[in-house]
Amino acid sequence: MADGSNGDAFVAFERVQKSYDGETLVVKDLNLSMPKGEFLTMLGPSGSGKTTCLMMLAGFETATHGEIKLDGVSINNIPPHKRGIGMVFQNYALFPHMTVAENLAFPLEVRKLGKSEREAKVKRALDMVQMGAFGGRRPAQLSGGQQQRIALARALVFEPELVLMDEPLGALDKQLREHMQFEITNLAHSLGITTVYVTHDQTEALTMSDRVAVFNDGRIQQLDPPDVLYEEPKNSFVAQFIGENNTLEGVVQEIRGDTCVVKLDDGEVIDATPVNVTQVGERTKVSIRPERVEIDRSRLQPGAHTLKAEVLEFIYMGDIFRTRLRVAGNNDFVIKTRNAPDQVKLSPGTMIDIGWLPRDCRALDAT
Amino acid sequence: MTDTAATTATPEDTGPMLAADGTPLKRSLARALRAQKMRALALIAPLLIFVLLTFIAPIVDMLFRSVENQIVSDTLPRTTLALKDWDDSTGDLPGDDIFFAAYQDIFLAAEAKTHTRLGTRLNYEFTGVSSLFRKSGRGLDDIGEVYQDAFKDLDKDWDKGAPWVELMGSDDFVAEAQAWEKGDALPEFELRDGMADLLPLTAVAYEDFARFQRVEEEKSLLKEEPWTLVHTMLFRDLQAQDVSGYSGPRAEMLKAADALVDGGELPPLDVRTTFEKIDKDWMDVDVWETIKMYSPNYTNGYFLNAVDMQKTPDGPAWRDDDERIYGLLFKRTMFMSLVITFSCIALAYPVAFLLSNLPARTANLLMILVLLPFWTSLLVRTSAWKVMLQQQGVINDVLVWIGLVDDANRLVMINNQLGTIIAMTHILLPFMILPMYSVMSTIPQTYVRAAKSLGATNWTAFWRVYFPQSVPGIGAGSILVFILSIGYYITPEIVGGTTGTFISNRIAYHISSSLNWGLAAALGTILLAVVLILYWAYDKIVGIDNVKLGG
Repeated sequence: MADGSNGDAFVAFERVQKSYDGETLVVKDLNLSMPKGEFLTMLGPSGSGKTTCLMMLAGFETATHGEIKLDGVSINNIPPHKRGIGMVFQNYALFPHMTVAENLAFPLEVRKLGKSEREAKVKRALDMVQMGAFGGRRPAQLSGGQQQRIALARALVFEPELVLMDEPLGALDKQLREHMQFEITNLAHSLGITTVYVTHDQTEALTMSDRVAVFNDGRIQQLDPPDVLYEEPKNSFVAQFIGENNTLEGVVQEIRGDTCVVKLDDGEVIDATPVNVTQVGERTKVSIRPERVEIDRSRLQPGAHTLKAEVLEFIYMGDIFRTRLRVAGNNDFVIKTRNAPDQVKLSPGTMIDIGWLPRDCRALDAT
Repeated sequence: MTDTAATTATPEDTGPMLAADGTPLKRSLARALRAQKMRALALIAPLLIFVLLTFIAPIVDMLFRSVENQIVSDTLPRTTLALKDWDDSTGDLPGDDIFFAAYQDIFLAAEAKTHTRLGTRLNYEFTGVSSLFRKSGRGLDDIGEVYQDAFKDLDKDWDKGAPWVELMGSDDFVAEAQAWEKGDALPEFELRDGMADLLPLTAVAYEDFARFQRVEEEKSLLKEEPWTLVHTMLFRDLQAQDVSGYSGPRAEMLKAADALVDGGELPPLDVRTTFEKIDKDWMDVDVWETIKMYSPNYTNGYFLNAVDMQKTPDGPAWRDDDERIYGLLFKRTMFMSLVITFSCIALAYPVAFLLSNLPARTANLLMILVLLPFWTSLLVRTSAWKVMLQQQGVINDVLVWIGLVDDANRLVMINNQLGTIIAMTHILLPFMILPMYSVMSTIPQTYVRAAKSLGATNWTAFWRVYFPQSVPGIGAGSILVFILSIGYYITPEIVGGTTGTFISNRIAYHISSSLNWGLAAALGTILLAVVLILYWAYDKIVGIDNVKLGG
C-alpha cells in the first residue's frame, strides 16, 4: 500500500473513508501523503473514488471517517473557501457573466486586495498562460484551449500552495491536450506548487506526474513514479490498466529467488519474476509488455524458455509494427517491434518462437 | 447578368455565385428550400389563421373602436353639417336652420329607431342626452301632424300612398310599382323629373321615406301613407315655391294644397318651440356643443375620458377631482402588479432554488405540488381565499383562537388591496417558479464550487456567481407575472372589493354593464400600450435576450 502518514507531508490522507449512502464505501481506508511541490495524479477508472478524494480535499465532500491534513493541520472542518486551495474544474467553471479579467480578479476581490494590486496580479497571471490580450473577453468568446488556460490562471492567481485539477483536459482535442499537458507540468514545476491531478487517461498520468496513484474499487492500488508503475506493476489490475499488456494464465511451478517458472494452462512453461506469488502451486497471471517480447532468439538468455506462436495479424503503424499472435491459447497476444531497416515483416500464418527476459515477465495475482 | 456571362462567370467574379447549371446559387437554394418552407407554412397555417381571426382581428377592431365615432354624423348628417357653421363660443343657441335640420335627422332616426343608440352614445359625454333623444323621437311627430291633418282635410288623397307616388315618382317607377306583386323585389324609387326643383325639401324627405319603406319595411309605397315629416316639408316647399307651372299628375291636388298654404290659415312652422316643448334641455347650449364636439367621424374623446380628461369647446381639460377615477385605477393596477410581482419573486426564488438543487426524482415530486393549483379552477382557488381571509374566516378564527387578534377587531383581509395581493400572489406563483426553476436547473453546481474554491463565502458565491446567472429566470418570471397581473380580472373582481379592483374590472364594467365600448376600448388600448412600453423598457435595461424560460 502507499506511504503511510509522515510528519513532513504537505497533504496527507489518513485512514480516510467515504460513503454516500451509508451502505457502501466509495473510498476505503485511504492513506496518502504528498511532499510539497509534488505533482501527483490520481488515475483510475470511473467510479474508483478518485474524484471523491479530490472533492474531499477541496472540501466539497466530507470524509465519513479519517483525517485529511494540509500542512500538518486537519482540514476536515474547514469550509472550502478557507482552505486556500486552487481548483481547475472539468468544464472550467468560468463564470459566464464575468469577463476573463473579472474571473481572475474574483479570488483577489474576495480576499479584499486593493485595485492596483489586483490588476497587477491578474495581468501577471494572464501573461503566465499567454492570454494577456484576452482580459476583456467573455468566456463564451474563447476556444476550449483558451478557456482551459484561463481556468488555470484563475486557480493560480491567488497563489495557492496546492492546486487541484479535475480532469481539466478532458474536453480538448488530442493535439491541444498534449500541448496543455506540457504547459501545466512546466507551470506547476516552475511555480513550485503542489498539484493533485485527477484523470482517467493513463498517458496523461504517465507524462505529467511525479507520482501516480492508481485507484480502483475505492483503494489506491499502487502509488509510484510513472516508470515504476509501468515497468513494475504491483498487481494485475495496475498491469492491465497502465499501458498495453499481454496476460497469460498459469500455475507457479517453481520459485528460485527472484525468478520463477510458470506452467501455463496449455502445458507450456515460461520464466517469470515473482511479484505477488509466494508459493508453488498458486495460480497466477503473468504480464508481459508487448515491446518486451523478443522474436530474435539470439537476444534471449541461454536456456530461456520460448513459446511457439502463430502470427494472426500484422499491422503497420509507421514507427512500429504491431503483430497479433496466438500464444498458449491466447488470441490477443500483441507484440510491438520497432520499424528498423532489418526488421522482418511477419506474414499471417507464420509460426515463430517468442521469448523474453524473466524480469520483463511478471507473475502477478490471478484476480 | 446575361446568361452567357453567367455561364462563364467564376466564383471569384463579383457577380452572384452560380450553381452547377448556371442559375444563381441564391435562386437555386431558394427553390430547393421552397418545398420545406411551404411545408413549414402549412404546419403553422391553422394556428396562424386562428390567431389572426381570434386575436389580431379583435385587437385591431378594439383599437379602431377607441377612436371611431361615426354614429353622430351617420345619425344626424344634416345637423352635424349645419353645426359646422355655428359659433359655439358666443353662448347663443343655434339658429332655426339647425333646429330644422335636427328635426329632419331625429325624425328619420326615430323611424329607424337609431335615435336611442345615439342618445346612449352622447349620454357618455353629457348626462341626460339619452332621455332627451328618446323623448324627442316621440314628440317630433307632432310637428307634422298639423299639416298632415290640414292636407288630409283638404283632400283625402294626401293621406294615401298611391297619390303621393303618382305625384313624386317618375312614370317608369309608377308603372313598376303598380306591376309589383308580393314576393318580387321592390322597385327602386325614382323621382319625377323636375320634382327636385319644384318641391326640393319634400323630394328629399319622400326619397328617404321611399328608401326606408323599400329597405327596412319592404312594403309597397302605393299602400303606405308618407310620414308627417313629408307633409311638413310639403308645407315648407309650398310656402317658398310657386307650383303654378306644374302640369304633371296630381297637379290639381298640389295646386289646391298650395292655395291652402298661401291662404295663411295654417300655423307657421316653428321647430324650435316644439323642441323646447318636448324638453327644456334643448335650450341648453351645452347639449348643442356636445353634439358639435362629437360630430367628427373620429374622436379622441374616449381616450381623454380614459385619462380623466374631457373635451371642452376650449380643448381637452382635466375633469373635476371627484370625477377622476381612471388615473387612480391605472396607478393602482401598476402598483399592485408590482407588489404582486415582487411578492412572487420573494416567495418563488427559494422554492425554485431548492427544487433545482434536489435530485431529479424529489424535484419532480415537489414540482407536482407547485403545479397542483393549476389543476383546480381559478374560480375555486379565488373563492377559497375568500373563505380563508374573511373576517369570520379560517385565518381570523385561528388568530383569535391563538389570542393574537381580539375577537372584536378581526383583521380585514378581504375585499381590499391586501386580499387581492394575497390571492393573486398565490395564483400567479407557479408562473414565477417554473421559469426560475428551468433557468436555475441549468446552472451547474460547479460554478458555486469554483467560487468557493476561489475563496468566496457561501453568501458571496451565491450573490456574485449564482444569482447573476439566475437573473434571466427572474426576468422571465417577472414579465410573465407582471403582464398577467396587470390584466387580471377574475380575482380582483371576487376578492378586491372596491379598493382592490384593477383597471380590467372597469373595462369589464364598460363592456358588459355601461356598454360604453369605446371607452373600454380606449382603456384597453392604453393598457396594451403600457405593457408594450414596459416590455420595451425591460428590453432596453435588461435585454430580452436575458429572458430564458429554460435551456
